[in-house]
Amino acid sequence: MADKPKMAVCWLGGCGGCDEALVDINEDILVLAAAFDVILWPVALDYKYHHVESLEDGEIALTLINGSVRNSEHEEVGRLLRKKSKLVVAFGACACFGGTPGMANLRGKEDIFQWVYRDAPTVVNPNRNIPEPITIAHGNQLTLPEFYEQVYPLGHVIDVDYYLPGCPPPPDRIRSMGRRVMSGDLPPKGATLAPTRALCDRCERNQTKPDRLTIEDVKRIHEVEADPGKCFLAQGVVCMGPATRAGCGESCININIPCRGCFGPVGGVDDMGAKYLSAFASLIKGKTEEERKKAIDGLEDPVGYFYRFTTASSLLRKKRDTSTKA
Amino acid sequence: MGKTITINPITRLEGHGKIEIFLNDRGDVDDAYMQVTELRGFERFCLGRPAEEMPRIVPNICGVCPTPHNMASTKAVDYIYGVAPTYTAKLIRRLQVAANYVEDHYIHFFFLGGPDFVMGPDANPAERNILGVIGKVGLDIAKQVIEVRKRTRDIIKLIASKPAHPEGGLPGGVPRGIKEEERIAIMDTATFSIEFAKFALQLFKDTVLANKGYLDLVLSDTYGLKTYYMALVDDNYHQNYYEGMLRVVDPAGKEVAFFHPRDYADYIGEWVEPWTYIRLTHLRKLGWKGMVEGDNTSLYRVGPLARYNVANGMSTPLAQKEYEYMVSVLGKPAHHTLAYHWARLIEALQAAEELRQIANDPMLSGKDIRNMNFQFTGKGIGCVEACRGVLIHHYETDDKGLITKVNLIVATQHNAAPMGLSVKKAAQGFIKGGNVSEGLLNRVEMAFRAYDPCLGCATHVAAGKMPLEVTIRDREGVVLEKLTRD
Repeated sequence: MADKPKMAVCWLGGCGGCDEALVDINEDILVLAAAFDVILWPVALDYKYHHVESLEDGEIALTLINGSVRNSEHEEVGRLLRKKSKLVVAFGACACFGGTPGMANLRGKEDIFQWVYRDAPTVVNPNRNIPEPITIAHGNQLTLPEFYEQVYPLGHVIDVDYYLPGCPPPPDRIRSMGRRVMSGDLPPKGATLAPTRALCDRCERNQTKPDRLTIEDVKRIHEVEADPGKCFLAQGVVCMGPATRAGCGESCININIPCRGCFGPVGGVDDMGAKYLSAFASLIKGKTEEERKKAIDGLEDPVGYFYRFTTASSLLRKKRDTSTKA
Repeated sequence: MGKTITINPITRLEGHGKIEIFLNDRGDVDDAYMQVTELRGFERFCLGRPAEEMPRIVPNICGVCPTPHNMASTKAVDYIYGVAPTYTAKLIRRLQVAANYVEDHYIHFFFLGGPDFVMGPDANPAERNILGVIGKVGLDIAKQVIEVRKRTRDIIKLIASKPAHPEGGLPGGVPRGIKEEERIAIMDTATFSIEFAKFALQLFKDTVLANKGYLDLVLSDTYGLKTYYMALVDDNYHQNYYEGMLRVVDPAGKEVAFFHPRDYADYIGEWVEPWTYIRLTHLRKLGWKGMVEGDNTSLYRVGPLARYNVANGMSTPLAQKEYEYMVSVLGKPAHHTLAYHWARLIEALQAAEELRQIANDPMLSGKDIRNMNFQFTGKGIGCVEACRGVLIHHYETDDKGLITKVNLIVATQHNAAPMGLSVKKAAQGFIKGGNVSEGLLNRVEMAFRAYDPCLGCATHVAAGKMPLEVTIRDREGVVLEKLTRD
């Protein structure tokens, strides 16, 4: 055991799907267990944080961190693992870009609390209780961590060596990362372990995309019986393929559903939504302002389409869409 | 002077959790709490999203049980657009649910909860995990565990793109049909899953039921909890994971409520406490009676043991036989929390049999997968039995179908207060005179592990964390000692 390099897997503000994704490498999980001494993986193993604290700095060869940073505990665990690790990989869309929960950055904490603990139809709260950082219950003190004002991608809080995007990262990308780490064949620090080009480059439907693509009427996904062989944009349906990094295996396209961007922006782009929006706007067809307006009638939710996984890493990250302050 | 014990993080469950155990002057347990310390705000950041996009967003509530969220959401969206799925679309959705039951129940038995039994509660913590289990049951069996998980998750992939984040589900249908050759291949997976389910049940019988020490533990009062139970049942009052009516039985097993899931808000209340981010569900008509069990409780449980107690039987023949055997050993209702494990394995057998039933239907590869005859209503309440219990998604929209209201009630939330009580009882039963060992602390963890809690789900409201850490404090709250395990 002592000779094997150490590995840690940890979740911060995540959903557990990235941990499942790691198990999805199937029988190769046995190869992983043979190659590494896994010293932390809360979903599967009983090691506690104090085991990590007792290690030398840099003693862990590889640490995979999934989930975003939403509270002080996430930050503390992230910093501890950074200190003890040679390589830290931001694993999955939440760690890379904040993920879907990053859309919460457009709302305040007070707005969330008001609904969850006061207004939701099933709430029974005659005492008007609300979770408190410190509570004395029957003479005993109970504490809760405090939330940050917003969701942060991991790289905004600690130094990250590599990014492996996806919601979740697909098995072949995880295997390829494992092989590269084991053989030392690694790209420059800060690289994203996926192709730099757009999903469209890999998409079979790309051949059906007309040379001059135009959209006369934006359609929502339930409104069309999508032709499984034809480019979604050519059918008037928002597909994030042109702005999204390739490497997912086109799994959503394969079930006849357009891309929503979980692999994040293509290489060299920071704000995925802004990039897409400028490209998308040029596709809208209409001679008059009114016609163009009508064309984008179906585009009801630009944030939910264009920034679904990347709000927290975008220029929108501190914007609030209500007057709540929190 | 009193002390507090903390365990952090709690392990072999989905998400983060924290348990505080307070000891009195004699070193016995005075009180114990399981706290949910995180929140993510799905109910608010989903506002403004187009309803039909919801099935693609809510799987991020939980990546361990994303299929039930995807499915409850899809059903809610059916109602919003006033449309029922076609026969084939419904078969495909049920196939996804059954495949999810098989893979998710085995993740729990082999990775999360089962190692406590297969390896033993006092086993070296470095071996009390899936790798230890592999060492014990052998590589051939391990490969079968991986195989059954892979094949059932491949079914989900076929239908919904990514097993950890399903993207399928449209109002009135599904985006992709099943090809005939795929249907044939699924039949083979079903047969494999049924054989594996029989093996897993036998392993449970050999390991747990045949071991007097374990059986005593299962039957002990320390791991018992008298509550109400809630679950979906079909027209025959049998277990159904996709649809049905909600039935509630009291601690004596008598039916006290039977209602359509759309009326959930009349029956379910959510109590707010200042020491946890989770809302504590209870039977609204009885009122909140606090964290108590027995005849005077208003708490109910959900999940495999609840389904066993609520339903009159299983929907498939082999699972029904196993259910009858469990009834002959434990009776009904069974309040033994560790019996969740047993009920879970019987359900995995039912799900495997359902896979076969569904795959045997030639209509599974039918072409009619969308009903687009929308009759917009703007309101939808979708309910399924997630592996961990009753799951309800309630959405309302404006006239463009953009979300204006979201209320979610998830399995681990129903179980949150009972889980806290189970942890407290286990702590009181095992920790005496200030003596705390790693094995005893693990027995406390076993009390919540039986529920297969999904703290990601439980904390959908904001960004959730529930670490199990044992901190020992005096009455003034000064930390005297932090107990962690080696």
